[in-house]
Amino acid sequence: MAIDKETVRKVARLARLAEPEERLEPLAKELSGILKWIEQLNEVDVAGVSPMASTVAMRLPMREDVLELGPTGGGQPDNVVRNAPKTEDHFFVVPKVVE
Amino acid sequence: MGSPTDLTLAELCGALKARKVSAVEATDAYLANIEKATALNAFITVTAEKARDMAKASDARLARGEGGPLEGAPLGIKDLFCTEGILTTAGSHILDGFRPPYESSVTANLWRDGAVMLGKLNMDEFAMGSSNETSFYGPVVNPWRKRGENAKLTPGGSSGGSAASVAAHLCAAATATDTGGSIRQPASLTGTVGVKPTYGRCSRWGIVAFASSLDQAGPIARDVRDAAIMLRSMAGHDRKDSTSVDRPVPDYEAAVGMSVKGLRIGVPREYRVDGMPVEIEKLWAQGVDWLKAAGCEIVEISLPLTKYALPVYYIVAPAEASSNLARYDGVRYGWRSKETTDIRSLYEKSRAEGFGKEVKRRILIGTYVLSAGYYDAYYLRAQKVRKRIFDEFVDAFGKVDLILTPSAPSAAFALGEKANDPVQMYLNDVFTVTANLAGLPGISVPAGLDKDGLPLGLQLLARPFDEETLFRGAAAIEKSAAFKVQPQSWWA
Repeated sequence: MAIDKETVRKVARLARLAEPEERLEPLAKELSGILKWIEQLNEVDVAGVSPMASTVAMRLPMREDVLELGPTGGGQPDNVVRNAPKTEDHFFVVPKVVE
Repeated sequence: MGSPTDLTLAELCGALKARKVSAVEATDAYLANIEKATALNAFITVTAEKARDMAKASDARLARGEGGPLEGAPLGIKDLFCTEGILTTAGSHILDGFRPPYESSVTANLWRDGAVMLGKLNMDEFAMGSSNETSFYGPVVNPWRKRGENAKLTPGGSSGGSAASVAAHLCAAATATDTGGSIRQPASLTGTVGVKPTYGRCSRWGIVAFASSLDQAGPIARDVRDAAIMLRSMAGHDRKDSTSVDRPVPDYEAAVGMSVKGLRIGVPREYRVDGMPVEIEKLWAQGVDWLKAAGCEIVEISLPLTKYALPVYYIVAPAEASSNLARYDGVRYGWRSKETTDIRSLYEKSRAEGFGKEVKRRILIGTYVLSAGYYDAYYLRAQKVRKRIFDEFVDAFGKVDLILTPSAPSAAFALGEKANDPVQMYLNDVFTVTANLAGLPGISVPAGLDKDGLPLGLQLLARPFDEETLFRGAAAIEKSAAFKVQPQSWWA
C-alpha cells in the first residue's frame, strides 16, 4: 500500500521524529517503495500458522524477587544520571511538563 | 620472527605463552599499524593508554605462568558493545559522549580471558546498513581494491570496522554483531572469517539493541581456528540476558580439522539472485566439489520461502528497532537538541538531529507496521512467514547436517554505488538473513577471488547450537580453498 505525506506526518509524530515539511513527500515515496517490495509477503499462505516472536524454545527464567548488586541492581544514583545532558541532584532536568 | 601483527590469533597466543613476544610489544605493534591506517577509518576510538595498561597486566600474569586463553591478545571491539568508562557510540550522533558505567557481558568475558582492548570499531549507525555508509563517523574503507584501480570500496556492513581492521591487521581479531548478515557479509567482502552463532549463544547484555529477536554477537577473525578461539571466550550463559541459553560452551577449536567424512551437505537451489556474478555460482559449485572430495555427501535441497526472508526482516527488524530506539529521548544520555521549547520538541528535535537518514527510515517503517490498523497486515503476517521459514529449515536439517550457500550476492562494491536505493542495499543480506530469522548459526569463509582480485566468501549454516559442525565444515573449505591472498597495504 502506498503511503502519503499525511501518513508520514502522523507516523513521524508517533515516533517523535521532527521531520521538516520538505522531507515528508520524499519520505512518502521512499517508504512506499519499501512497503511495495515488502508486500510480496501476501503471496505466502499463512493460514493456520502461529506467529513466531522468538526462536528460542524456552520459558523465561525466574529468579528471586530481591534487589541485586551491580549494574542491574539499585543504589547507584550517580551512575544513573552520569550520562544525562542536564541533571540536578539526582534528577533529570527537562522543560516544564505540567503548567 | 617478523612483526607480531603477522601472526594469527592462535600463533600469537602461543608466542605470548612461550614468552617469544610480550603483550606490550604486540600491543605497540598493533597501535603502530592503527596509526598508519587512518585512511581506512576503521576505528572510532583508539584506547592506546588502556591497551598498554592491559598489556602490562597480561605480561605480569604471563611472567608468573598464569593467564587466560587470550592472555595479551590485542582485539578490536565493535562500537556497539558497551565498554565501561569508554565512549560507546553505536556509530550514531545521538550517543554523543556516552560513557557506559558498565561493561557488556561479551567484552567482560574477553577481558576475563586476558584479551587487550585496542579500541572501538566503526560501524553502520545502530548496525543498520550493509556498506558502513550510515555511520555518523564516515564510512570505513575496504583494505581490498580492484586490481589496478584506486576506487574506494565498501568493507560491507554493519561490522565494517571489524572486518576491515582484521583484514588490514589492525587487530588480532574483532568482535562484531549480526542482525541480518552484519558479520558474514563484511567477512565475505574482506576475505575474513565471520561467525554468527546460534541466537542465545552469546549474551546480548550491554550490546546496544537493534532488533532483539535477531541480534547476536560473534567474532570476525583471520581464519577458522581464530574464530573458534574467539567464540569460545565470547559465548556463555548470562543471567542478565533472559534469552541467553544455559548450556555448556564446547571447545570449538577442537572441531577445527576434524574429518568431515560422511557429513551431509545441503545445497539449496533457491540461493541465487538475478544479476549474481557467474563467478559466485562457480565458486559455490567449487565449494560443493571440495566438500565432496573431503568425503561429504551432497544433497540437493529446496528452501522455497528464501525470497521472502528479506521482506520479513524489513518488517520485524524495523518494528523491534522502533521500540528499542524509543529510549533515545535527549533526557537520559546522548545528544540533546539546543532548540527545544517544550518536552515534545525536546524529544522530536533531539531524535531528528541525533539519528541519521537510514535509522529514521527504519524507525518510521517500524512505527508504521506496528500502528493501529496495520499490525495484522504487516507485523503479524511477517511473524507467521517467519515461522514457516523456520519450519522449512527444521525440515531441511532432518536431511542434512550443514547447508552450503554463497555468503553475499556480490563482491565489495564502490562506496556510494548503492547509497540511493534502499531496497538494492537491503538485497546484500539475501543469503544471510534467513539464519537470523531462524536463529541458526552461520559462518562465512573466504574461498576465492573474483576477476578483479576481490575476495568472495562461502557460507555454511548449521542446526541450532551445532557450531562445532559449522567449524568442522568451515575448516574443510578453508583447507581446500587455501586462501592466502592479502590486500596490498596501500594505506600504510
